[in-house]
Amino acid sequence: MDASTEFENGQAKFDAIIAADEKIEPRDWMPDGYRKTVIRQMAQHAHSEVIGMQPEANWILRAPTLLRKAILIAKVQDEAGHGLYLYSATETLGVSRDELVGLLHEGKQKYSSIFNYPALSWADMGAIGWLVDGAAIVNQIVLQGTSYGPYSRAMVKICKEESFHARQGYSIMMALAEGSDEQKAMCQDALNRWWWPALMMFGPHDSESAHTAESMAWKIKRKTNDELRQMFIDQTVPQAHYLGMTIPDPDLVFDEETGHWTIGEIDWDEFWATIKGDGRLNRERITHKVKAWDEGRWVRDAATAYAAKQKMKPDKSA
Amino acid sequence: MTAVTTQNALATYVVRHADDNVVLGQRLAEYISRAPELEEDLAIGNLTLDHIGVADHLFTYAAKIDGCDLSGDDLVMFRSERDYTNLLLVEQRHDGFDDLIARQFLFDAYQLPFWEALSASNDETIAGIAQRAAKEARYHLRHSSMWMVRLGDGTPESHTRIQASIDRLWRFTSEMFETDALDREMVESGLGVDTSTLRETWESSVDAVLEEATLTRPQDSFQTSGGRSGMHTEYLGPMLAEMQWLQRSQPGMSW
Repeated sequence: MDASTEFENGQAKFDAIIAADEKIEPRDWMPDGYRKTVIRQMAQHAHSEVIGMQPEANWILRAPTLLRKAILIAKVQDEAGHGLYLYSATETLGVSRDELVGLLHEGKQKYSSIFNYPALSWADMGAIGWLVDGAAIVNQIVLQGTSYGPYSRAMVKICKEESFHARQGYSIMMALAEGSDEQKAMCQDALNRWWWPALMMFGPHDSESAHTAESMAWKIKRKTNDELRQMFIDQTVPQAHYLGMTIPDPDLVFDEETGHWTIGEIDWDEFWATIKGDGRLNRERITHKVKAWDEGRWVRDAATAYAAKQKMKPDKSA
Repeated sequence: MTAVTTQNALATYVVRHADDNVVLGQRLAEYISRAPELEEDLAIGNLTLDHIGVADHLFTYAAKIDGCDLSGDDLVMFRSERDYTNLLLVEQRHDGFDDLIARQFLFDAYQLPFWEALSASNDETIAGIAQRAAKEARYHLRHSSMWMVRLGDGTPESHTRIQASIDRLWRFTSEMFETDALDREMVESGLGVDTSTLRETWESSVDAVLEEATLTRPQDSFQTSGGRSGMHTEYLGPMLAEMQWLQRSQPGMSW
Protein backbone atom coordinates (compact mmCIF):
# COMPACT_ATOMS: atom_id res chain seq x y z
CA MET A 1 0.00 0.00 0.00
CA ASP A 2 1.54 3.33 -0.97
CA ALA A 3 1.48 6.35 1.30
CA SER A 4 -1.37 8.11 -0.44
CA THR A 5 -3.64 5.05 -0.29
CA GLU A 6 -2.82 4.61 3.38
CA PHE A 7 -3.72 8.24 3.96
CA GLU A 8 -7.00 7.89 2.10
CA ASN A 9 -7.94 4.72 3.97
CA GLY A 10 -7.02 6.33 7.30
CA GLN A 11 -8.95 9.46 6.53
CA ALA A 12 -12.00 7.47 5.44
CA LYS A 13 -11.94 5.38 8.60
CA PHE A 14 -11.44 8.47 10.75
CA ASP A 15 -14.34 10.27 9.05
CA ALA A 16 -16.55 7.22 9.56
CA ILE A 17 -15.75 7.05 13.28
CA ILE A 18 -16.52 10.73 13.72
CA ALA A 19 -19.72 10.47 11.70
CA ALA A 20 -20.88 7.48 13.76
CA ASP A 21 -20.21 9.40 17.02
CA GLU A 22 -17.71 6.78 18.10
CA LYS A 23 -14.36 7.40 19.75
CA ILE A 24 -10.95 7.90 18.17
CA GLU A 25 -8.44 5.77 20.08
CA PRO A 26 -4.68 6.35 20.41
CA ARG A 27 -3.73 3.77 17.75
CA ASP A 28 -6.23 5.00 15.18
CA TRP A 29 -5.03 7.08 12.27
CA MET A 30 -5.93 10.75 12.76
CA PRO A 31 -5.23 13.94 10.83
CA ASP A 32 -2.25 15.92 12.11
CA GLY A 33 -4.50 18.88 12.79
CA TYR A 34 -6.78 16.74 14.95
CA ARG A 35 -3.83 15.37 16.92
CA LYS A 36 -2.41 18.87 17.45
CA THR A 37 -5.75 20.31 18.51
CA VAL A 38 -6.45 17.53 21.00
CA ILE A 39 -2.93 17.78 22.44
CA ARG A 40 -3.29 21.55 22.77
CA GLN A 41 -6.66 21.32 24.45
CA MET A 42 -5.81 18.44 26.81
CA ALA A 43 -2.47 19.96 27.79
CA GLN A 44 -4.15 23.28 28.47
CA HIS A 45 -6.67 21.46 30.61
CA ALA A 46 -3.94 19.63 32.55
CA HIS A 47 -1.95 22.85 33.05
CA SER A 48 -5.11 24.58 34.30
CA GLU A 49 -5.63 21.94 36.97
CA VAL A 50 -2.06 22.34 38.18
CA ILE A 51 -1.88 26.15 38.08
CA GLY A 52 -5.34 26.19 39.66
CA MET A 53 -3.84 24.71 42.82
CA GLN A 54 -2.12 28.02 43.61
CA PRO A 55 -4.99 30.41 44.43
CA GLU A 56 -6.52 27.81 46.74
CA ALA A 57 -3.26 26.71 48.32
CA ASN A 58 -2.96 30.39 49.25
CA TRP A 59 -5.95 29.96 51.61
CA ILE A 60 -5.35 26.49 53.07
CA LEU A 61 -3.18 27.96 55.81
CA ARG A 62 -5.84 30.52 56.78
CA ALA A 63 -8.96 28.36 56.52
CA PRO A 64 -11.30 29.23 59.40
CA THR A 65 -11.97 25.71 60.70
CA LEU A 66 -10.20 22.36 60.51
CA LEU A 67 -13.06 20.91 58.49
CA ARG A 68 -12.91 23.73 55.92
CA LYS A 69 -9.14 23.32 55.84
CA ALA A 70 -9.41 19.57 55.22
CA ILE A 71 -11.98 20.04 52.45
CA LEU A 72 -9.81 22.63 50.75
CA ILE A 73 -6.73 20.38 50.96
CA ALA A 74 -8.74 17.52 49.47
CA LYS A 75 -9.87 19.78 46.64
CA VAL A 76 -6.36 20.98 45.83
CA GLN A 77 -5.20 17.39 45.97
CA ASP A 78 -7.92 16.40 43.50
CA GLU A 79 -6.62 19.07 41.16
CA ALA A 80 -3.12 17.60 41.30
CA GLY A 81 -4.69 14.22 40.58
CA HIS A 82 -6.68 15.56 37.65
CA GLY A 83 -3.56 17.20 36.26
CA LEU A 84 -1.67 13.94 36.51
CA TYR A 85 -4.49 12.00 34.91
CA LEU A 86 -4.86 14.46 32.04
CA TYR A 87 -1.11 14.53 31.40
CA SER A 88 -1.16 10.73 31.17
CA ALA A 89 -4.14 10.84 28.81
CA THR A 90 -2.30 13.39 26.65
CA GLU A 91 0.77 11.15 26.54
CA THR A 92 -1.32 8.66 24.53
CA LEU A 93 -0.90 11.11 21.64
CA GLY A 94 2.87 10.75 21.62
CA VAL A 95 4.06 13.66 23.78
CA SER A 96 5.67 13.36 27.20
CA ARG A 97 4.58 15.12 30.36
CA ASP A 98 8.03 16.71 30.65
CA GLU A 99 7.68 18.23 27.18
CA LEU A 100 4.26 19.64 28.03
CA VAL A 101 5.43 21.05 31.36
CA GLY A 102 8.39 22.60 29.53
CA LEU A 103 6.03 24.30 27.07
CA LEU A 104 3.97 25.67 29.95
CA HIS A 105 7.05 27.03 31.69
CA GLU A 106 8.21 28.70 28.48
CA GLY A 107 4.81 30.29 27.96
CA LYS A 108 4.22 28.30 24.77
CA GLN A 109 1.14 26.56 26.10
CA LYS A 110 -1.63 28.21 28.05
CA TYR A 111 -3.75 27.43 31.06
CA SER A 112 -7.16 28.82 31.95
CA SER A 113 -6.90 32.59 32.38
CA ILE A 114 -9.20 32.46 35.39
CA PHE A 115 -6.26 31.52 37.58
CA ASN A 116 -4.56 34.81 36.82
CA TYR A 117 -7.04 36.51 39.12
CA PRO A 118 -6.04 36.81 42.80
CA ALA A 119 -7.86 35.04 45.65
CA LEU A 120 -8.19 37.92 48.13
CA SER A 121 -10.58 36.75 50.81
CA TRP A 122 -11.94 33.56 52.32
CA ALA A 123 -15.10 34.13 50.28
CA ASP A 124 -12.99 33.63 47.16
CA MET A 125 -12.67 29.97 48.14
CA GLY A 126 -16.44 29.86 47.93
CA ALA A 127 -16.61 31.80 44.68
CA ILE A 128 -13.92 29.72 43.02
CA GLY A 129 -15.65 26.47 43.90
CA TRP A 130 -19.10 27.71 43.00
CA LEU A 131 -18.36 29.78 39.89
CA VAL A 132 -15.02 28.58 38.53
CA ASP A 133 -15.59 24.89 39.15
CA GLY A 134 -19.22 25.39 38.23
CA ALA A 135 -18.21 26.80 34.84
CA ALA A 136 -15.63 24.04 34.41
CA ILE A 137 -18.28 21.41 35.04
CA VAL A 138 -20.63 22.81 32.39
CA ASN A 139 -17.77 22.53 29.95
CA GLN A 140 -16.59 19.14 31.13
CA ILE A 141 -19.99 17.45 31.18
CA VAL A 142 -20.30 18.25 27.50
CA LEU A 143 -16.70 17.15 26.92
CA GLN A 144 -17.60 13.67 28.11
CA GLY A 145 -18.93 13.34 24.59
CA THR A 146 -15.70 14.51 22.94
CA SER A 147 -14.43 12.35 20.10
CA TYR A 148 -11.01 11.46 21.52
CA GLY A 149 -11.53 8.35 23.70
CA PRO A 150 -8.94 8.90 26.46
CA TYR A 151 -10.06 12.54 26.86
CA SER A 152 -13.70 11.56 27.03
CA ARG A 153 -13.02 8.93 29.69
CA ALA A 154 -10.88 11.35 31.70
CA MET A 155 -13.81 13.77 31.72
CA VAL A 156 -16.20 11.13 33.05
CA LYS A 157 -13.88 10.45 35.97
CA ILE A 158 -13.09 14.11 36.65
CA CYS A 159 -16.73 15.30 36.50
CA LYS A 160 -17.59 13.16 39.50
CA GLU A 161 -15.07 14.96 41.67
CA GLU A 162 -15.76 18.41 40.27
CA SER A 163 -19.37 18.37 41.39
CA PHE A 164 -18.14 17.97 44.96
CA HIS A 165 -15.89 21.00 44.40
CA ALA A 166 -18.74 23.18 43.26
CA ARG A 167 -20.91 22.07 46.18
CA GLN A 168 -18.23 22.84 48.75
CA GLY A 169 -17.82 26.28 47.18
CA TYR A 170 -21.50 27.01 47.36
CA SER A 171 -21.56 25.80 50.96
CA ILE A 172 -18.87 28.35 51.86
CA MET A 173 -20.91 31.10 50.17
CA MET A 174 -24.06 29.93 51.95
CA ALA A 175 -22.41 30.15 55.38
CA LEU A 176 -21.24 33.70 54.59
CA ALA A 177 -24.59 34.76 53.13
CA GLU A 178 -26.29 33.68 56.36
CA GLY A 179 -23.63 35.32 58.54
CA SER A 180 -22.74 38.79 59.80
CA ASP A 181 -22.89 41.95 57.70
CA GLU A 182 -19.15 41.69 57.18
CA GLN A 183 -19.47 38.13 55.98
CA LYS A 184 -22.28 39.04 53.61
CA ALA A 185 -20.18 41.88 52.22
CA MET A 186 -17.27 39.48 51.76
CA CYS A 187 -19.56 37.13 49.85
CA GLN A 188 -20.89 39.87 47.57
CA ASP A 189 -17.40 41.23 46.95
CA ALA A 190 -16.18 37.81 45.84
CA LEU A 191 -19.14 37.40 43.49
CA ASN A 192 -18.44 40.86 42.07
CA ARG A 193 -14.84 39.98 41.34
CA TRP A 194 -15.33 36.43 40.00
CA TRP A 195 -18.56 36.72 38.00
CA TRP A 196 -17.17 38.25 34.80
CA PRO A 197 -13.93 36.26 34.77
CA ALA A 198 -16.02 33.07 35.19
CA LEU A 199 -18.07 34.03 32.12
CA MET A 200 -14.84 34.62 30.21
CA MET A 201 -13.77 31.04 30.93
CA PHE A 202 -15.93 29.91 28.02
CA GLY A 203 -13.76 31.85 25.60
CA PRO A 204 -14.56 34.49 22.97
CA HIS A 205 -17.85 34.72 21.12
CA ASP A 206 -18.26 31.98 18.52
CA SER A 207 -17.74 34.54 15.76
CA GLU A 208 -14.31 35.41 17.23
CA SER A 209 -13.16 31.91 18.14
CA ALA A 210 -10.31 30.65 15.96
CA HIS A 211 -10.76 26.96 16.69
CA THR A 212 -14.49 26.52 17.17
CA ALA A 213 -15.61 25.56 13.64
CA GLU A 214 -12.91 22.95 13.11
CA SER A 215 -13.21 21.54 16.65
CA MET A 216 -16.98 21.21 16.23
CA ALA A 217 -16.54 19.40 12.91
CA TRP A 218 -14.10 16.96 14.54
CA LYS A 219 -16.47 16.64 17.50
CA ILE A 220 -13.69 17.60 19.88
CA LYS A 221 -16.03 20.37 21.00
CA ARG A 222 -19.69 19.45 21.20
CA LYS A 223 -21.17 22.84 22.02
CA THR A 224 -19.95 26.32 21.16
CA ASN A 225 -18.51 28.82 23.61
CA ASP A 226 -21.67 30.92 23.60
CA GLU A 227 -23.95 27.90 24.11
CA LEU A 228 -21.91 26.71 27.08
CA ARG A 229 -21.74 30.21 28.57
CA GLN A 230 -25.51 30.53 28.37
CA MET A 231 -26.01 27.18 30.13
CA PHE A 232 -23.78 28.42 32.95
CA ILE A 233 -25.53 31.77 33.25
CA ASP A 234 -28.95 30.15 33.38
CA GLN A 235 -27.98 27.76 36.13
CA THR A 236 -26.00 30.28 38.18
CA VAL A 237 -28.17 33.41 38.30
CA PRO A 238 -30.92 31.73 40.39
CA GLN A 239 -28.22 30.34 42.72
CA ALA A 240 -26.92 33.86 43.33
CA HIS A 241 -30.43 35.07 44.03
CA TYR A 242 -30.97 32.22 46.47
CA LEU A 243 -27.91 33.47 48.38
CA GLY A 244 -29.47 36.92 48.47
CA MET A 245 -26.60 38.29 46.39
CA THR A 246 -26.65 40.60 43.38
CA ILE A 247 -25.08 39.67 40.04
CA PRO A 248 -22.76 42.58 39.17
CA ASP A 249 -24.42 43.32 35.83
CA PRO A 250 -26.95 46.16 35.58
CA ASP A 251 -28.03 44.88 32.14
CA LEU A 252 -28.92 41.39 33.35
CA VAL A 253 -32.53 40.57 32.41
CA PHE A 254 -34.63 37.46 32.10
CA ASP A 255 -35.97 37.04 28.59
CA GLU A 256 -39.48 35.59 28.99
CA GLU A 257 -39.64 34.58 25.34
CA THR A 258 -36.46 32.52 25.19
CA GLY A 259 -36.45 31.49 28.84
CA HIS A 260 -32.81 32.59 29.15
CA TRP A 261 -30.98 35.24 31.13
CA THR A 262 -29.41 37.93 28.96
CA ILE A 263 -26.20 39.59 30.15
CA GLY A 264 -24.48 42.88 29.41
CA GLU A 265 -21.28 43.12 27.39
CA ILE A 266 -18.23 41.19 28.55
CA ASP A 267 -15.04 43.26 28.81
CA TRP A 268 -13.19 41.64 25.92
CA ASP A 269 -10.18 43.94 26.28
CA GLU A 270 -9.58 42.47 29.73
CA PHE A 271 -10.12 38.97 28.34
CA TRP A 272 -7.55 39.35 25.55
CA ALA A 273 -5.03 41.15 27.78
CA THR A 274 -5.17 38.30 30.31
CA ILE A 275 -4.82 35.64 27.59
CA LYS A 276 -1.83 37.47 26.15
CA GLY A 277 -0.04 37.47 29.50
CA ASP A 278 -1.02 40.81 30.98
CA GLY A 279 -3.53 39.62 33.57
CA ARG A 280 -3.16 40.38 37.26
CA LEU A 281 -1.04 37.35 38.16
CA ASN A 282 0.17 35.70 34.93
CA ARG A 283 3.80 36.28 35.80
CA GLU A 284 3.44 35.23 39.44
CA ARG A 285 1.67 31.96 38.60
CA ILE A 286 4.37 30.82 36.17
CA THR A 287 7.17 32.06 38.39
CA HIS A 288 5.78 30.04 41.30
CA LYS A 289 5.53 26.95 39.12
CA VAL A 290 8.99 27.28 37.60
CA LYS A 291 10.55 28.00 41.00
CA ALA A 292 9.04 24.85 42.51
CA TRP A 293 10.22 22.85 39.50
CA ASP A 294 13.76 24.24 39.67
CA GLU A 295 13.99 23.81 43.43
CA GLY A 296 12.89 20.20 43.04
CA ARG A 297 15.52 19.32 40.45
CA TRP A 298 18.00 17.93 42.96
CA VAL A 299 15.26 15.67 44.35
CA ARG A 300 14.32 14.31 40.93
CA ASP A 301 18.02 13.83 40.15
CA ALA A 302 18.47 11.92 43.40
CA ALA A 303 15.53 9.62 42.62
CA THR A 304 16.92 8.94 39.15
CA ALA A 305 20.44 8.29 40.46
CA TYR A 306 19.10 5.97 43.14
CA ALA A 307 17.06 4.00 40.61
CA ALA A 308 20.12 3.64 38.36
CA LYS A 309 22.21 2.35 41.29
CA GLN A 310 19.58 -0.25 42.09
CA LYS A 311 19.69 -1.51 38.52
CA MET A 312 23.45 -1.90 38.73
CA LYS A 313 23.26 -3.97 41.89
CA PRO A 314 23.22 -7.75 41.60
CA ASP A 315 19.65 -9.05 41.70
CA LYS A 316 18.76 -9.43 45.37
CA SER A 317 16.01 -11.91 44.66
CA ALA A 318 18.37 -14.31 42.86
CA MET B 1 -14.67 34.66 75.69
CA THR B 2 -13.06 33.16 78.80
CA ALA B 3 -9.54 31.75 78.75
CA VAL B 4 -9.29 28.94 76.22
CA THR B 5 -7.78 26.07 78.15
CA THR B 6 -8.76 22.59 79.16
CA GLN B 7 -9.17 21.76 82.87
CA ASN B 8 -9.68 18.03 82.69
CA ALA B 9 -6.41 16.04 82.75
CA LEU B 10 -7.42 13.63 80.00
CA ALA B 11 -8.56 16.51 77.79
CA THR B 12 -5.24 18.27 78.33
CA TYR B 13 -3.44 15.07 77.41
CA VAL B 14 -5.49 14.64 74.24
CA VAL B 15 -4.83 18.26 73.27
CA ARG B 16 -1.06 17.69 73.41
CA HIS B 17 -1.28 15.07 70.75
CA ALA B 18 -3.84 17.02 68.76
CA ASP B 19 -1.37 19.92 68.82
CA ASP B 20 1.39 17.73 67.36
CA ASN B 21 -0.87 16.87 64.46
CA VAL B 22 -2.38 20.24 63.71
CA VAL B 23 1.03 21.94 63.78
CA LEU B 24 2.62 19.31 61.56
CA GLY B 25 -0.38 19.39 59.23
CA GLN B 26 -0.11 23.15 58.94
CA ARG B 27 3.63 22.91 58.17
CA LEU B 28 2.97 20.32 55.48
CA ALA B 29 0.21 22.45 53.99
CA GLU B 30 2.76 25.23 53.42
CA TYR B 31 4.40 22.97 50.86
CA ILE B 32 1.31 22.15 48.77
CA SER B 33 1.82 23.20 45.12
CA ARG B 34 5.57 23.39 45.68
CA ALA B 35 6.60 19.72 45.45
CA PRO B 36 9.35 18.44 43.13
CA GLU B 37 6.82 16.32 41.17
CA LEU B 38 3.05 16.27 40.82
CA GLU B 39 2.99 12.78 42.38
CA GLU B 40 4.64 14.23 45.46
CA ASP B 41 2.10 17.06 45.66
CA LEU B 42 -0.52 14.32 45.87
CA ALA B 43 1.41 12.41 48.54
CA ILE B 44 1.97 15.52 50.65
CA GLY B 45 -1.71 16.37 50.32
CA ASN B 46 -2.46 12.93 51.75
CA LEU B 47 -0.11 13.38 54.69
CA THR B 48 -1.58 16.79 55.42
CA LEU B 49 -5.12 15.49 55.33
CA ASP B 50 -4.25 12.64 57.68
CA HIS B 51 -2.67 14.93 60.27
CA ILE B 52 -5.39 17.58 60.08
CA GLY B 53 -8.05 14.87 60.20
CA VAL B 54 -6.71 13.18 63.32
CA ALA B 55 -6.19 16.58 64.96
CA ASP B 56 -9.83 17.43 64.28
CA HIS B 57 -11.01 14.21 65.92
CA LEU B 58 -8.78 14.70 68.95
CA PHE B 59 -9.70 18.36 69.49
CA THR B 60 -13.40 17.60 69.18
CA TYR B 61 -13.08 14.80 71.71
CA ALA B 62 -10.99 16.92 74.08
CA ALA B 63 -13.62 19.66 74.02
CA LYS B 64 -16.31 17.10 74.75
CA ILE B 65 -14.61 15.43 77.72
CA ASP B 66 -13.52 18.73 79.15
CA GLY B 67 -17.15 19.76 79.45
CA CYS B 68 -16.22 23.36 78.67
CA ASP B 69 -18.31 25.41 76.29
CA LEU B 70 -15.58 25.33 73.70
CA SER B 71 -15.57 23.56 70.36
CA GLY B 72 -12.61 21.70 68.92
CA ASP B 73 -12.01 24.63 66.58
CA ASP B 74 -11.96 27.06 69.52
CA LEU B 75 -9.06 25.06 70.93
CA VAL B 76 -7.26 25.39 67.59
CA MET B 77 -8.01 29.02 66.87
CA PHE B 78 -8.10 30.79 70.24
CA ARG B 79 -5.19 29.34 72.18
CA SER B 80 -1.94 31.28 72.06
CA GLU B 81 1.63 30.18 71.60
CA ARG B 82 2.25 29.48 75.30
CA ASP B 83 -0.85 27.30 75.47
CA TYR B 84 0.13 25.11 72.55
CA THR B 85 1.83 21.95 73.79
CA ASN B 86 3.16 20.32 70.62
CA LEU B 87 6.64 18.85 70.35
CA LEU B 88 9.26 21.29 69.10
CA LEU B 89 10.20 19.02 66.20
CA VAL B 90 6.88 19.45 64.38
CA GLU B 91 6.93 23.25 64.47
CA GLN B 92 10.36 23.47 62.83
CA ARG B 93 10.35 25.21 59.49
CA HIS B 94 11.55 23.64 56.27
CA ASP B 95 13.56 25.46 53.65
CA GLY B 96 13.01 22.68 51.16
CA PHE B 97 12.16 19.05 50.56
CA ASP B 98 15.24 17.92 52.54
CA ASP B 99 14.11 19.47 55.83
CA LEU B 100 10.54 18.44 55.19
CA ILE B 101 11.42 14.78 54.69
CA ALA B 102 13.89 14.69 57.61
CA ARG B 103 11.27 16.19 59.93
CA GLN B 104 8.61 13.74 58.73
CA PHE B 105 10.91 10.77 59.05
CA LEU B 106 12.11 11.50 62.59
CA PHE B 107 8.54 12.12 63.69
CA ASP B 108 6.89 9.25 61.75
CA ALA B 109 9.30 6.76 63.34
CA TYR B 110 8.02 7.98 66.73
CA GLN B 111 4.38 8.43 65.88
CA LEU B 112 3.78 4.95 64.49
CA PRO B 113 4.74 3.11 67.72
CA PHE B 114 2.99 5.86 69.69
CA TRP B 115 -0.35 5.24 67.94
CA GLU B 116 0.13 1.50 68.19
CA ALA B 117 0.62 1.77 71.94
CA LEU B 118 -2.26 4.24 72.34
CA SER B 119 -4.53 1.80 70.52
CA ALA B 120 -4.62 -0.13 73.81
CA SER B 121 -5.96 2.86 75.76
CA ASN B 122 -8.78 2.20 78.24
CA ASP B 123 -10.70 5.00 76.58
CA GLU B 124 -12.58 3.54 73.64
CA THR B 125 -12.74 6.74 71.63
CA ILE B 126 -9.02 7.40 72.02
CA ALA B 127 -8.21 3.78 71.17
CA GLY B 128 -10.39 4.03 68.06
CA ILE B 129 -8.74 7.23 66.86
CA ALA B 130 -5.30 5.73 67.54
CA GLN B 131 -6.05 2.53 65.63
CA ARG B 132 -7.06 4.44 62.55
CA ALA B 133 -4.13 6.82 62.88
CA ALA B 134 -1.69 3.89 63.21
CA LYS B 135 -2.75 2.61 59.80
CA GLU B 136 -2.07 6.02 58.31
CA ALA B 137 1.23 6.37 60.18
CA ARG B 138 2.47 3.11 58.66
CA TYR B 139 2.07 4.68 55.23
CA HIS B 140 3.68 7.94 56.45
CA LEU B 141 6.77 6.12 57.71
CA ARG B 142 7.04 4.13 54.51
CA HIS B 143 6.84 7.33 52.48
CA SER B 144 9.44 9.26 54.48
CA SER B 145 11.77 6.25 54.76
CA MET B 146 11.62 5.74 51.01
CA TRP B 147 12.68 9.33 50.46
CA MET B 148 15.38 9.17 53.14
CA VAL B 149 16.97 6.28 51.24
CA ARG B 150 16.63 7.92 47.83
CA LEU B 151 18.05 11.22 49.00
CA GLY B 152 20.77 9.64 51.15
CA ASP B 153 21.88 7.20 48.47
CA GLY B 154 21.03 9.41 45.47
CA THR B 155 23.52 12.05 44.34
CA PRO B 156 26.38 13.63 46.33
CA GLU B 157 24.27 16.81 46.59
CA SER B 158 21.19 15.04 47.91
CA HIS B 159 23.32 13.06 50.35
CA THR B 160 24.87 16.23 51.76
CA ARG B 161 21.55 18.00 51.99
CA ILE B 162 19.59 15.28 53.75
CA GLN B 163 22.46 14.63 56.16
CA ALA B 164 22.49 18.33 57.04
CA SER B 165 18.75 18.29 57.65
CA ILE B 166 18.98 15.27 59.93
CA ASP B 167 21.86 16.91 61.81
CA ARG B 168 19.87 20.12 62.22
CA LEU B 169 16.74 18.45 63.53
CA TRP B 170 18.40 15.83 65.70
CA ARG B 171 18.37 18.05 68.80
CA PHE B 172 14.56 17.93 68.89
CA THR B 173 14.29 14.14 69.00
CA SER B 174 14.81 13.30 72.69
CA GLU B 175 11.82 15.42 73.62
CA MET B 176 9.54 12.80 72.05
CA PHE B 177 10.54 10.33 74.77
CA GLU B 178 10.39 12.64 77.79
CA THR B 179 7.52 12.16 80.22
CA ASP B 180 6.05 14.48 82.82
CA ALA B 181 3.52 14.20 85.65
CA LEU B 182 0.55 14.27 83.27
CA ASP B 183 2.02 11.46 81.16
CA ARG B 184 2.58 9.37 84.28
CA GLU B 185 -0.96 10.01 85.48
CA MET B 186 -2.34 8.91 82.13
CA VAL B 187 -0.14 5.81 82.07
CA GLU B 188 -1.20 4.83 85.59
CA SER B 189 -4.87 5.10 84.70
CA GLY B 190 -4.36 3.04 81.55
CA LEU B 191 -5.36 5.91 79.26
CA GLY B 192 -2.04 7.06 77.84
CA VAL B 193 1.37 5.90 76.68
CA ASP B 194 4.75 5.94 78.40
CA THR B 195 6.69 7.38 75.49
CA SER B 196 10.04 6.60 77.12
CA THR B 197 9.36 2.96 76.25
CA LEU B 198 9.10 3.83 72.55
CA ARG B 199 12.67 4.98 72.27
CA GLU B 200 14.15 1.60 71.49
CA THR B 201 11.74 0.98 68.62
CA TRP B 202 12.38 4.47 67.28
CA GLU B 203 16.15 4.04 67.43
CA SER B 204 16.11 0.74 65.64
CA SER B 205 13.91 1.98 62.80
CA VAL B 206 15.89 5.22 62.48
CA ASP B 207 19.21 3.39 62.52
CA ALA B 208 18.08 0.88 59.90
CA VAL B 209 16.92 3.58 57.49
CA LEU B 210 19.99 5.77 58.07
CA GLU B 211 22.19 2.79 57.28
CA GLU B 212 20.35 1.92 54.10
CA ALA B 213 20.47 5.60 53.16
CA THR B 214 24.28 5.63 53.73
CA LEU B 215 23.76 8.41 56.27
CA THR B 216 25.45 8.90 59.62
CA ARG B 217 23.64 9.12 62.90
CA PRO B 218 24.39 12.57 64.37
CA GLN B 219 26.90 12.49 67.19
CA ASP B 220 25.98 15.83 68.71
CA SER B 221 24.50 15.06 72.12
CA PHE B 222 22.88 18.47 72.64
CA GLN B 223 19.10 18.18 73.02
CA THR B 224 16.40 20.75 73.61
CA SER B 225 12.80 20.46 74.76
CA GLY B 226 9.95 22.41 76.32
CA GLY B 227 7.09 22.11 73.83
CA ARG B 228 4.85 20.18 76.23
CA SER B 229 5.01 23.09 78.69
CA GLY B 230 4.56 25.78 76.04
CA MET B 231 8.23 26.77 75.75
CA HIS B 232 8.49 26.92 71.99
CA THR B 233 11.01 27.96 69.41
CA GLU B 234 10.27 31.25 67.64
CA TYR B 235 8.68 29.50 64.68
CA LEU B 236 5.34 28.55 66.21
CA GLY B 237 4.01 32.08 66.77
CA PRO B 238 4.05 33.26 63.15
CA MET B 239 2.42 29.99 62.10
CA LEU B 240 -0.41 30.45 64.62
CA ALA B 241 -0.80 34.10 63.62
CA GLU B 242 -1.52 33.02 60.06
CA MET B 243 -3.65 30.01 60.97
CA GLN B 244 -5.82 31.83 63.52
CA TRP B 245 -6.12 35.21 61.83
CA LEU B 246 -9.52 34.85 60.21
CA GLN B 247 -11.29 33.48 63.29
CA ARG B 248 -9.67 36.05 65.56
CA SER B 249 -10.45 38.97 63.26
CA GLN B 250 -14.16 38.08 63.32
CA PRO B 251 -14.74 36.00 66.44
CA GLY B 252 -17.96 34.18 67.16
CA MET B 253 -18.94 33.78 63.53
CA SER B 254 -20.00 30.66 61.69
CA TRP B 255 -17.90 29.70 58.68
